[in-house]
Amino acid sequence: MKYSHVLFAAALAAPLFAQTEIAFDSAPNFLKMPEHIYLGEVAGVATNSKGNVFVYTRTGTSLTEGGSRTFSHGGSRLFEFDPSGKYLREMGVGVYGFNFAEGVRIDPKDNIWVIDRGSSMIIEFDPEGRVVMTLGRKPEAVNEPARGPAPGAGRGPGGPAAAGAAPAGGAARGGGRGAPGAGTPGDNFNRPTDVAWDAAGNIFVADGYGNARIAKFDKNGKFLKSWGSRGADPGQLDTPRSLAVDAKGNVYVADRGNKRIDVFDNDGAFKTAIASVGTPWALCISPGAHQYLYSSNSNNVNSMDGGEIYRLELDGKVLGKFGRAGKLPKEFGTVNEIDCRNPNELFVGEIGNWRVQKLTLHP
Amino acid sequence: MKPTLAILAALASLSPAFGQSKAKAQNVPEIPYESTPNFLKLPANLYLGEGIGVAANSKGHIFVYTRSQATRLFEFDQKGTFVREIGEGLYGFEFAHAVRVDPQDNVWVVDEGTNMVIKFNPEGRPVLLLGHRPEAVEGLPTLTLNAVGQQVAEPYTFNRPTDVAWDAAGDIFVSDGYGNSRVAKYDKNGRFIASAGTRGNGPGQLNTPHTIATDAKGNVYIGDRGNARIQVFDNDLKLKTQYDQVGNPWAICITNGPHQYLYSSNSNPDSNNSEQAAQTGEIYKMELDGTILGKFGHAGKQLGEFSTVHEMDCRSENEILVAEITAWRVQKLTLHPKK
Repeated sequence: MKYSHVLFAAALAAPLFAQTEIAFDSAPNFLKMPEHIYLGEVAGVATNSKGNVFVYTRTGTSLTEGGSRTFSHGGSRLFEFDPSGKYLREMGVGVYGFNFAEGVRIDPKDNIWVIDRGSSMIIEFDPEGRVVMTLGRKPEAVNEPARGPAPGAGRGPGGPAAAGAAPAGGAARGGGRGAPGAGTPGDNFNRPTDVAWDAAGNIFVADGYGNARIAKFDKNGKFLKSWGSRGADPGQLDTPRSLAVDAKGNVYVADRGNKRIDVFDNDGAFKTAIASVGTPWALCISPGAHQYLYSSNSNNVNSMDGGEIYRLELDGKVLGKFGRAGKLPKEFGTVNEIDCRNPNELFVGEIGNWRVQKLTLHP
Repeated sequence: MKPTLAILAALASLSPAFGQSKAKAQNVPEIPYESTPNFLKLPANLYLGEGIGVAANSKGHIFVYTRSQATRLFEFDQKGTFVREIGEGLYGFEFAHAVRVDPQDNVWVVDEGTNMVIKFNPEGRPVLLLGHRPEAVEGLPTLTLNAVGQQVAEPYTFNRPTDVAWDAAGDIFVSDGYGNSRVAKYDKNGRFIASAGTRGNGPGQLNTPHTIATDAKGNVYIGDRGNARIQVFDNDLKLKTQYDQVGNPWAICITNGPHQYLYSSNSNPDSNNSEQAAQTGEIYKMELDGTILGKFGHAGKQLGEFSTVHEMDCRSENEILVAEITAWRVQKLTLHPKK
């Protein structure tokens, strides 16, 4: 059997001109896991101001019947490591909203924010590991997705196309209000993907697989506004997978389905789009006087094409790229989150390889 | 996890319909053998569920992949003493199907529930992953169908895979499986190389490729269970021949050493069908060219009888480990073939 995915993916991934390759290393076996603790798919990785590393990983949701409804339990774990990769502790054991990890971010005060796609919640922990604020609400019960291919038929491919399509029952599962993709305003999310803050502490949420909007809350969690709807027009979104905010408060959204980074101002007015970096899957903006934007052209689960990470100026100018899809060290298996607190020392969390790599760039 | 009725119904409709068949081979000599009583010593309050996978490493340590309340992987030493559990709570463990140990003593499990093949290093840490667990919150999948309405198997996505094997170069072969009907080949680093097979009963087609093994030359033997035959492919997955005299091959294995033998189990059905059990359950010993040398065993629940053998280890020609589904056990068999 032959596959035509090579040409297809090349068309998706290839930039129009050759890019500078950035030399880099990956620290071997960086995270030291205790015996009997395993990472699953690493959906999120982030560092705090002390250099401690937080990892949010998928470990398997279980469903139980409660009579007429099905309830979801567990499914993700949050671990903390010290700057050398030594395991420190687990946080949030048994927390109600830990169902299907999507990401973790650390705010300037070292609070730890978890994004959970299964419970459709954003959960803020203080540095001691206590829950201090929640956004969204976990649906009381779940509709189990029907997966019933006929004998001889296989399960369909995942990846951007399938994941971006509005699934039947998505609104009920995700808990958003209104039809999936409608960009419904309000406090609830439908499979959200990421969180970021501006200098004033306003909170921005990428929402997500089910909805196609960006929601803005004030620092106290009060809903302010949301923008975006599903589509390909300027300012529209198709699976906003990741977002980041620069020092001026501009909002950069990895618009994965549309293969571009959309840039909005602090109030959601569309400014520009950056469409030269493949399929943006994970974004990160470094702190400091000169900020850089990183964007991962992550391979989807059915290919090992693409996979490289781009380094850009905030205006969209590509400075270089590094890496490729694969399973070896220095290769990437669907990078889902990037931490770039230090612009030349990145942490990447990989879905496909169940690991975190610490990368040192030599630009 | 408690499945709902809808899921149970879907599972039932997915189950391949095949009648376990009496082997065509006649007048096959019986190979005398015995089974070691109480071979595996389990600690108190640790239990095997369905004996799905068994494999030994170069030191004789035995790995058992079992369907318990959770799917679990246990290691025992060569005497059957419990050593440790590997992969507790692992994201890739949902419904055991096979465990194999490669020449470097890495331990590979095939999980039919998460659609994954997972390589553990000898220390018990996952180091290479093939396939991916379907997302719990993902919606309906998009299907790509071929001209006759079968779904096209994607390079890196399995649909209830069953088994794994390697050639001398380290290339990886995966039988895939209940949902897809193909064998997929990857290089040692997990990059897709080729795939062969569609569902059907023609030459090279497959109907539940349930078990897979390679010989020293890199030929690939697939237990094509639903079609009651072993199909032999070359290293590039071109069909060479088939052996259809030994019933429905649930489990096959090929011995090490200069003279390799092929074992194949015509296991009695896991549906506990007593009519079919009466004429199945035996294991055949063959030359690689398909010549049948002998057989041993029959269906039953007692020591030395077989209750749906699901995987065999034959690292040693006359010392066979068998994992049985319905008896929840692993037996160590010692064969005494006539010289």
